[in-house]
Formats: sequence, structure tokens, C-alpha cells
Amino acid sequence: MYDTPNTERAVDQKDIKFSAKGVQVYYGDTHAIKDVDVALEDKTVTAFIGPSGCGKSTFLRCLNRMNDTIDICRVEGDILLDGEDIYDKKVDPVQLRAKVGMVFQKPNPFPKSIYDNIAYGPRIHGMAKNKADLDEIVERALRRGAIWDEVKDRLQAPGTGLSGGQQQRLCIARAVATEPEVLLMDEPCSALDPIATAQVEELIDELRTQYSVVIVTHSMQQAARVSQKTAFFHLGNLVEFGETGKIFTNPEDPRTESYITGRIG
Amino acid sequence: MPTLWLFLIVLGVAAAGYVLGRGRALQSVEGDNRKLHSLPSYYGSNVLIKVVVPAFLLMIAWLLIQPIVVGNTISGMIPDRSVDNKGSLGLVMAEVRRTAEGLDNAIAQGLMDEDFVNNARADLADVTQRLKDAGQIVTSEVTQPILNAAQRYRVMNATGNLMMTIAVLVLAVLGALWGLRESHGDFRARNTVEKSIRALLIGAASIAILTTIGIILSLVFNTIEFFRLYPASDFFFGTNWAPSFSGRGGSSDLGVLPLLWGTFYISIVALAVAVPIGLFAAIYLSEYASPKVRSVAKPLLEVLAGIPTIVYGLFALLTVGPLLLKVFGDDGLGIMQAGTAVMTAGLVMGIMLIPFVSSLSDDIINAVPQSMRDGSYGLGATQSETIRQVVLPAALPGIVGAILLAASRAIGETMIVVLGAGAAARLSLNPFEAMTTVTAKIVSQLTGDADFASPEALVAFALGMTLFVITLGLNVFALYIVRKYREQYE
Amino acid sequence: MTDATLNGASGGGHGRSSLKTIDANTKRRNAAEKRFRAYGMAAIGIGLFFLVVLFFSIIRSGLPAFTQTVVEMEFTITQEQYEEAEGQLFKTKAYSNLFITQLQQQLEERGLELDFDEAAIERLLGKVGGNLREYYAGNQNRIGEPVEFSLSASSRVDGYFNGRVTRESMQDSRFLMASDLDLVDAMAEAGIIKSEFNWNFITGADSGVDNPGGAGIGASVVGSFFMMLVVLVLSLPIGVAASIYLEEFAPQNRFTDLIEVNISNLAAVPSIVFGILGLAVFIQFMHLPQSAPLVGGLVLTLMTLPTIIISTRASLKSVPPSIRDAALGVGASKMQAVFHHVLPLAMPGILTGTIIGLAQALGETAPLLLIGMVGFVARGYPDGFVAGFTEPNSAMPAQIYTWAARADASFYEKAWGGIIILLAFLLTMNIIAIILRRRFERRW
Repeated sequence: MYDTPNTERAVDQKDIKFSAKGVQVYYGDTHAIKDVDVALEDKTVTAFIGPSGCGKSTFLRCLNRMNDTIDICRVEGDILLDGEDIYDKKVDPVQLRAKVGMVFQKPNPFPKSIYDNIAYGPRIHGMAKNKADLDEIVERALRRGAIWDEVKDRLQAPGTGLSGGQQQRLCIARAVATEPEVLLMDEPCSALDPIATAQVEELIDELRTQYSVVIVTHSMQQAARVSQKTAFFHLGNLVEFGETGKIFTNPEDPRTESYITGRIG
Repeated sequence: MPTLWLFLIVLGVAAAGYVLGRGRALQSVEGDNRKLHSLPSYYGSNVLIKVVVPAFLLMIAWLLIQPIVVGNTISGMIPDRSVDNKGSLGLVMAEVRRTAEGLDNAIAQGLMDEDFVNNARADLADVTQRLKDAGQIVTSEVTQPILNAAQRYRVMNATGNLMMTIAVLVLAVLGALWGLRESHGDFRARNTVEKSIRALLIGAASIAILTTIGIILSLVFNTIEFFRLYPASDFFFGTNWAPSFSGRGGSSDLGVLPLLWGTFYISIVALAVAVPIGLFAAIYLSEYASPKVRSVAKPLLEVLAGIPTIVYGLFALLTVGPLLLKVFGDDGLGIMQAGTAVMTAGLVMGIMLIPFVSSLSDDIINAVPQSMRDGSYGLGATQSETIRQVVLPAALPGIVGAILLAASRAIGETMIVVLGAGAAARLSLNPFEAMTTVTAKIVSQLTGDADFASPEALVAFALGMTLFVITLGLNVFALYIVRKYREQYE
Repeated sequence: MTDATLNGASGGGHGRSSLKTIDANTKRRNAAEKRFRAYGMAAIGIGLFFLVVLFFSIIRSGLPAFTQTVVEMEFTITQEQYEEAEGQLFKTKAYSNLFITQLQQQLEERGLELDFDEAAIERLLGKVGGNLREYYAGNQNRIGEPVEFSLSASSRVDGYFNGRVTRESMQDSRFLMASDLDLVDAMAEAGIIKSEFNWNFITGADSGVDNPGGAGIGASVVGSFFMMLVVLVLSLPIGVAASIYLEEFAPQNRFTDLIEVNISNLAAVPSIVFGILGLAVFIQFMHLPQSAPLVGGLVLTLMTLPTIIISTRASLKSVPPSIRDAALGVGASKMQAVFHHVLPLAMPGILTGTIIGLAQALGETAPLLLIGMVGFVARGYPDGFVAGFTEPNSAMPAQIYTWAARADASFYEKAWGGIIILLAFLLTMNIIAIILRRRFERRW
């Protein structure tokens, strides 16, 4: 746990995983994201913070083209993953989403068994040669989701029967089962109690060693605890982006300061 | 029409009571309506209710009970000999009623007078002749016991009606007086009136229960009557359906199995058409279609549900039947004998059920929360994978419920099978053969010439009972599943 | 799944492959996606196709019912001819012969020469002589001057004109022979025989089984109208009262549950069962008159009630509780709040539901069969308002069924025509319901 942000660690140079340039998002006539430029690093936890309705979740959903499922949503500008435009005509969003996994605000396990919940992704992407292979993938994912010990005896029980915190870790395990390179998390702890939140935060920190993690959060404390980089959004603008420690201790923009000190938001 | 007049008179008393009650209440506070407990109209309504409700209740009860009492007295008068001649008491009673009506009409035409009609020793031949002159007799001859019974019937009804008129009017006036006595300023008229209205509302809501009771009673009594004449085991396990209208009982085979088989076979064909088409249509409309396509295609499909079943019946008989016959008949594959067949009725019924399945499934698929779909898309599933592996399994209980409701619809459907399925009851596997169903036979047994008391007619009630029990079971089960399903996502 | 696993092993969908190259596994999945989508479109297409076929066959087979073929001819009879005909033994035959002579003359004037006998005329026009004699017996003053006669042709000739009977499909019978068609063609050329709108079909009553040409649906429209009047007068107040109770006043208890369960089950009980109920309770037990619109209306009321209650409750529910609170807040009683505020606001929805329920009842056939609204011929209109409810009559769907069940195929055309009229009524009712909803729908 990083109760005080470790600035040294963030200094070492890392590969850029995502880079966005001049991104605009419209919902019908509403201009939801205004000209956002940002570069997200690999093997880093990046937090998006800001008051509700500021566009942080919308921007997150652009990164794996989840906004495609909303008819009235329109995205302009470039978003590059490993240097490739993900909004290119040739890119299949299905392939993209296998690379960029997502965890949602409310735990949403499928009404299937725990095993089938995890195996769903690997199955549709054809990742397992045989049953034993699939079993192994499921076990690895559940272990990485830090829930293996709790469910290993009841893999055939329905996923909806777990507690809220367990469900959310199941959903994280489900997301990592497809071996993504980036993990997007949309307020993953907002529906959880403090103990479950602590477990999930611990998990996020472990995931950082293998994945690039982007987390949207309402809680500034959480952003400070789990992330190395922080982006502050306000009214659709990316106001400030930088080292988490710097944002929270010495913000450049007056709006960031007002938000962090609780005057707006 | 004396009952109508009585009805109007009671209404008149009620209207007068309203005006008087309102006036009396105002008078009691010297016209200052601020001193009244309730608005003046409530005092009037209070009187009105006290006039109308008891009087009409008595009237309805009397009208229901009088025929029973009269009927019982009269049937006691009829000697067994005439019953034997006619076959059943019911027929004799019908004859008595007809004769009595004939006498009434003859009086109205001025061919007889009251005294002549009521003369118990009247000459039978003379009466018959005069009735014939008046054009009132259709049946053969009026016999002495029947004439006497008819005379008695007229007298009893006349006295009964007179007594009813008096009783109802007295009750109406008493009600008016009671209400008027209460009409003074301190009386809580609004509360009283509202209590009565509430009772009225409860009464209206109870009609649903009364209807169910009515259905069950009318089925149960006649079914018991049927099983007295025809063994229940032969009905439930008999594999032959061959009612005879010539003889009276005994020579008929009334086994329900061929009818049940026909019913289920046609329903299965119908569901085989309606379920895939309806389900895929629902999936397309709820998951793929743009709002524009949806707003056009959905109502158009639902037009199919609004078309009366007689139209589908005709469509089966005159369009689909001949069309199938062209393909599968003697000129084509040679496996179909006539246009009316299981396939014809099943296909058309399937078309009718498409919108039923699709709009129910559409609702149910829409009830699956969006977060489920997001979860699946977030893992990189395509839309069809999401639908097949996440949405449909989640919606499965609801869809099963919808299909069961559709099945119950198919089993209870009448007009399509009456016109499109043929009339022969048989146990066969060939879907191009004519078969018949429970509903079709209910119609044919009750609209034929069979006498109501014969097993050939009563069997319709046993068939109705079977149908009611099956569909009720399906409905209760389906509604239970659908409700459980909805609760899961609420 | 085998090729999928192979592809998966070679890096399907993840790893360091470029996003712009679509791998084989994804291609396969996208193809499955397209197929699935196509199934959905096909299902919609099939459904709409059935709809089109249904309407096409209704209109194609039903429109001929609205036309009839008539022979219009100027006919003159002199005083001598009249007296001579009246003096003969077979008077109508004499009139027929006069008619035939004049018809022949008129055809010749137009340069058409044909030989035909009285039997042919009878096959085409029925007993012409009788009609003529009847006319002149009543209008002696018209003797000697030309009179324009309009005689309706037989249903077979109707069939020939609207394509149901063709020369190829026709076999010589005692109803129509091939030679008759030559005569019909000649008369058509001479402008003597032509098609005109069949008002009798819309306004008339049913004819006997042997006269398809004269059958009309008017009397059964009246029967249906009286039935709907009963349904409306009973089911609207009862339905609204029951809904108000259940939605606004009913406590949560077993009795309420019982009513709720009953209503939802009654909505799904087969309509034929309601027919049995009507037969047993209204006819056998209460001795109400058979085949009467009153009984039909009562049965349909019981059938429609659940529909009306369900839709009324939905529209009561859509009135926000704040309205009730506002009324109660100024000291209105619960009853006053409901009747003064909630009910008027819910009224458009209630009326829409009622109209749709009525439309459903209007097309219902099965229960009417059991209470005897078929199996007799409704030959006339009821002769009074009260009689309209209690005298035997038919109803539109029952009349259509009666025609469809008759052996003579000429009645099928009438049945289809009846369906067009029935659907026209249903369409009108539904359009009114839609307009009501559009115009008064309130969004809270």
C-alpha cells in the first residue's frame, strides 16, 4: 500500500501504452470530452479523478471502444494503443477489447457458475486447447484475482451467490483471464464496503506488475493510495495530468487545488 | 316489460329521494351550507343509495330465485310417464315453458282470453287448435299434463311478478324514508356515502372471483352429470371418439385421447413455427434494430396479434389449406388428402402466435440489465456471443414462461382448428392428416342437434373441464415463473 | 472448436500482434455474428411476409363481395301483350318469352346474333318473368312506355365477371353452361350487363343457403353494435371500479391476492370456456333468450373485463403519487382525491384500454358459437331498440363463420368481404385509440 505516493518509483521512464491526441466525444448534441491529450504508461496505475459528470468515465470507455454500443455517441481525435489507432476502420473492437479488459462500477457476474464466469472470455477467444488447459487458465485467473482460496471448493456454484466484494474480485479475475494488456476499472469500489475495498485495492497494486491499469475513482484518498499517475478532469477538460504525489501536494492548476481541498466537486 | 318499468320506477323514486334529501339537509341548517357536515349533494346521494341498493339487490335475487322455485314446483306436478316419453325432465320443462309462452302470445293476439287460458278443464284439442291458429305451436301436440303445468306455470309467474313489484317498491320507499330521516346537518353523510361507494368498488372487483366460480360451477355440475351417464375411465382412457346422434347414449364412444393428441400435435406444430421466428424477431428488435426500424417493425408485427381468430380460420381454410394441398397433395408429393390438416391449422396458429411470443420475449430480454451486456462486451465478446451466452441464459426462465403462455393459447384456440384442422378424431403421426381438437369438438357437440341432457352434449362440458384444467395449470405455472424472473432483476 | 483452439494457440486476439490484422478466429466469430444477425432479420422478414400474404389474400378474395353483376335493359310492354300474357295459363313464362324476344332484338340492333332459350336466361338471371309480372301488376300505368329494369345476375355470373369462374375452370352444370358465357360476353359487349357496387352486401341481411348473391352483413353489424353497447355499458364502469379498488384502496391481504390471481388467470382462459359459462349460466340457468345480443354482450363483458382492468390499473399507476398527496394535503378525503384528481388524469389511458378491449371483443367468435349466434339465419333487422338486445341476431364474426361453414363456395367470397368490413371497424377503433393516446398522453 502506498499511503504516501512514492515519487521516486514513478520517475523511471516507462513505455507509453496509450496515447490520446485531441480526443472529442459527443453524446448527441452534448460535447462530453473536449480536446483531451494524454499519454498513459505501461505497468502503471493511472487514476482519473474529478467531480461527477466531468467525463472521466466517458474517456475511460473510449479506450476500449465500449462507447460503440451507445448509438448516439461519437468519438473524434486519435487514440493510439502501442502506436496503432484503435478507431481505425480495420480494427475490430472485439479484438481490441480482448487486449483492453474492463471492470465495471457494479459487480456484474453472469448468471452462471463461478467457473463459467471465468471461462467465458477464454472460451470465446479460443485460448484453451482442452479442458485441462481451461481449468488451468481459470485457476490462474482466480488466483490472480485473489479469490481462489475462497471459491476453490465451489467452482460450480452460481457467481451471483457471492458477496459484493467477492463478486467484484470475481469480475476482476474474469477480466484478467483473457490475458489483457490494459485493465480499465470504472469506479470498481464504489459499490463495496471498506473491507472489500481494501482487498480490491491490494489486488490492483499487485496487478500493476503485469498490466497497465487505468482506474476511475470518486475518492481522492483511493487515487492517492493506488496510483502513480493521476489525471484530473473537470467539465470535459483534462485539467491536469502528472505524478500522483505532485497533483495531491502541489497542483499547478487552481481548479485542481479547489477540488482536492474540497471547494468544488 | 314489467321488470323494465319497475326498474325505471325505482330510479324515479331514487331521483326524488336525492332532491328531497338534499333539500331537507339544507333546510335543517336554514340554507347555510357551511353548517352542514358534508356537501349537500352527499345528503342526496345518501338517500339515493338507500333507495337503489336494497331495492335492486332484492330484484336481482328475486329474478334469480323465482324461476328455480317455479321450476321445482312445476316439475313436481309432471307425472313420470310424460318424462319417460320425452326422454328427460329438462325437455319436458322446455316444452312447458314453450306452451306457456304460446298461451301468453295467444292472449296478446286476442285469440284467447285470460279465463279461457286458466280454465284447467279446458278442452285439449280446442286449446291446441287455437294455439296453432295463433302460430304458437311448433311441436307436435300439447298433452294434458303439459297444458296443466303450463297453466300453473303462468299463474305462478304472474303472482311471483306481482309480489316482486310490491316488495321492491315497498323496500325502495322504506329506503327513501330511512335516508330522509338521516338528512340533517350533523349527519356524516360523506362518510356514509364513501363507505357505500367503497363497498361498490369491492363488489366490482369481486366479479373476477364470481366469474371464476361461475366457470367452475358450470363445468363441474355438467361434468358430474356426464360421468353419471358415461364412465369416467372410458372418457379419460378411451382411444376412440365416435359420438352418435341417432341413438340415445350407449352407442357412442367418447374417448378424449384422440382429441388431446390432436390438440397437442397442432400446438406443437404451431410452437415450432412461432417460437423460433418470434424469439429471433424479439432478439433482433431488442438488440440489433435501430430505433427507427423498431418503431416500424414492432407495431406491424403486433398487427398480427390484433387480427381476430376467425380471420386466421378463414385464412387456413381457404388460402393455406389449398396451397399446402397443391404442394403435398395428390398432384405434388401425394401425402395430403384434403386441405384441412394438422399442418394447415398448426402453421396458421403459429403465425398468430409470432407476435405473442415476440412481444413477451422482447419485454423479458429488455429486463436483462445492461450491466450484463457491458460485462460481456468488456471481455471482447461479439454481440451474438453476448446474446447467446449471457442474455438468453439470463432471460431463459422468462422466455420459458412466455412459451408456456403461448402453448396455453394454442391449446385453447378454437376458430383456427374448427375451420382448418378437419373434423376426424384420430391418433396418427402424419401431420398432413386431418385431426380434431378438444375445442373444435366442444363447438361441434354443443352446436349440433344433440339434446342437452344426452351424454353426446354433456361431454362438451367434460372436454371444457379438461381444457380449463390444462390451460389453468399452464397459466399459473407460467405466470409464476415470469413473476419470479421479474423479481430477480427488480 | 478445433480450428478455434489452433488459432487461439497461435495468438488469437492477444499477444503482441497488430490490432489492424484481423486474425482467423475473429474472422470466424464475425461471420457467426453476421449469420446470427441475418437470422433475426429473416425472422422479422418472415413475420412481415405472413402479414402481407394475409392482407393480400383478404383483399383479393374479399373485394368481389362488394360488386354485383346486374343486367340493365329497357323493356316495353304494350297493352295487348299485357292482356295476352295475363290470359295465358303459364303467365310468368309468357313474360319471360317477351323478355327474351326484346333482349334478342336489342342484341341484334347492336349487330350481335345469338340464339338462347328461357333456360339459359333462368340460369343467368333467375325467374325474370316473375319479376316483370310483379312489377306490372303493381304499376299498370307504366304499360306501353319503356321502363328501365335492373336485374341482378346469378352468383355464377358474378364469379365469371370477377375471375372466380373461368371458361377453363368451369364445368357444365345445371347452374351455368359454357354456352351461357357466350351470351354473357355478348351482353357485356352490348353494355347490357355490367358490374356495380353491391350496397345490399353492406346493408342487407343474410340470405338463405341457396342464394349467395343476396347475402348481406348489415343485420349482423347491427347485432354486433348492440353487443358492443352491452359490453361498453357494463365493462367500463365495472372495470374502472374494480381497478380503482385494487389500485387505490385494497389492503394487502388474502382477499386482494385472490382477486389479483383471478384476474390474471381469467385473462388467459380460452375464450371458448367463456362460451361454456354463457351457455350454462345465462341460457340454461337464467333462461335468457338464445342467440340474443344481450347474452353475447354479457359473455364478452366477462371476457373483456380482465383486459380493461389490467390497462386501467396501468394508467392509474402512471398518475404520480404527488397528485394524491396534493389533494389529501388540502383536506380531501381519499375517495375525493381519487375521483376528483386521479381518475380524470387517468381517463385517456382508461379509454384507450377500453377501446382496445372492445376491439378484441368485436372480433371474438368462439363463445358466440356456443350461445347460438350461428346455426340460424338472421334474415332481418330487429324491430325496435329493446328488441335489438333480446331478439335473436347474428354478429359480424359469427356471420362470417356461418358463411365459411356453408358448402357453396360462392359464400366464401362473402366471408372474405365480411372480414374486410370487420377489419375496417377494428382499424377505426385502433386508430381512435392511438389518436387518444397521442393527443392526451401525459409524461410526468
